[in-house]
Amino acid sequence: MRIGVVTFPGSLDDSSALRAIRLAGGEAVPLFHASDDLKEVQAVVLPGGFSYGDYLRCGAISRFAPIMESIIVAAEHGFPVLGICNGFQILTESHLLPGALIRNQDLHFICTDQPVTVENTNTPWTRGYTQGQRIVIPIKNGEGSYQASAETLAELEGEGRVVLRYADKNPNGSQNNIAGITNARGNVVGVMPHPEQAIESLTGPSEDGLIFFSSILQSLVAR
Amino acid sequence: MATIIVEVMLKPEILDPQGQAVASALPRLGFNFAKSVRQGKRFEIVVDGEPTHAQLAEVEAAAEKLLSNPVSKLTLLRSKSNAYWSCHLSRFTR
Repeated sequence: MRIGVVTFPGSLDDSSALRAIRLAGGEAVPLFHASDDLKEVQAVVLPGGFSYGDYLRCGAISRFAPIMESIIVAAEHGFPVLGICNGFQILTESHLLPGALIRNQDLHFICTDQPVTVENTNTPWTRGYTQGQRIVIPIKNGEGSYQASAETLAELEGEGRVVLRYADKNPNGSQNNIAGITNARGNVVGVMPHPEQAIESLTGPSEDGLIFFSSILQSLVAR
Repeated sequence: MATIIVEVMLKPEILDPQGQAVASALPRLGFNFAKSVRQGKRFEIVVDGEPTHAQLAEVEAAAEKLLSNPVSKLTLLRSKSNAYWSCHLSRFTR
């Protein structure tokens, strides 16, 4: 099972994502922003970081990288894509996911172990969780406040497309406590928390995040 | 040469924490005039000659594609001899 991770100029968590894929039992394939070659991967992760320095808006310039042109076309045909943090921002800028992520309500960069609940286990990235499962994975961002129009929010809630929701308290002013969403087809998932930073008890708050990576491998086997 | 000004603001219904921070800093400095503040971005795009309607439409398309996103409200202004006037008010829904 070949899972790609894209490195943009300014990506930070690409090596962590590659490592999480390997730990889950997959073949981790580095992909580069300047090439449109997906190297026959079966799914792709857009990692966290500050691609292109977050200039203009987070993810706004990465969205036009050659690799994204390939990913957007593939995603529209059902190719599984997971965007984490900056990756989620790139997915909204790419219009693969609705809404946008803006500056945190209190203007702080927030780095903490965050409890969230898994609300959609039908995506290829979350099938290993149980519905309503409470997990703890880190958030680390300055622009993680999810915002969308009232119609978009109603559509996301009505179709069960909220994948992760902040538990206990809303850290950043995200509407409806949204921490992660999926597209109508369910193949594209964007999350602000970092599952790749919660894969081993030695270095993370839990091993809860590893299930994102084992889930995609199971989904690809089941195809 | 002319300068085309594109201003991008968050839509009015979207929370603007940066504007709020500025609004709360003003009274601390003794400035009590502001009822509210909203912060945005301004782009100055220099073109050769007087822009035609077709060029302005092209700038608008570029602004929609790159300079704004679904929570942005975008205003395209056109400058001439330091006089700015509103050329087009774009709608951003998707």
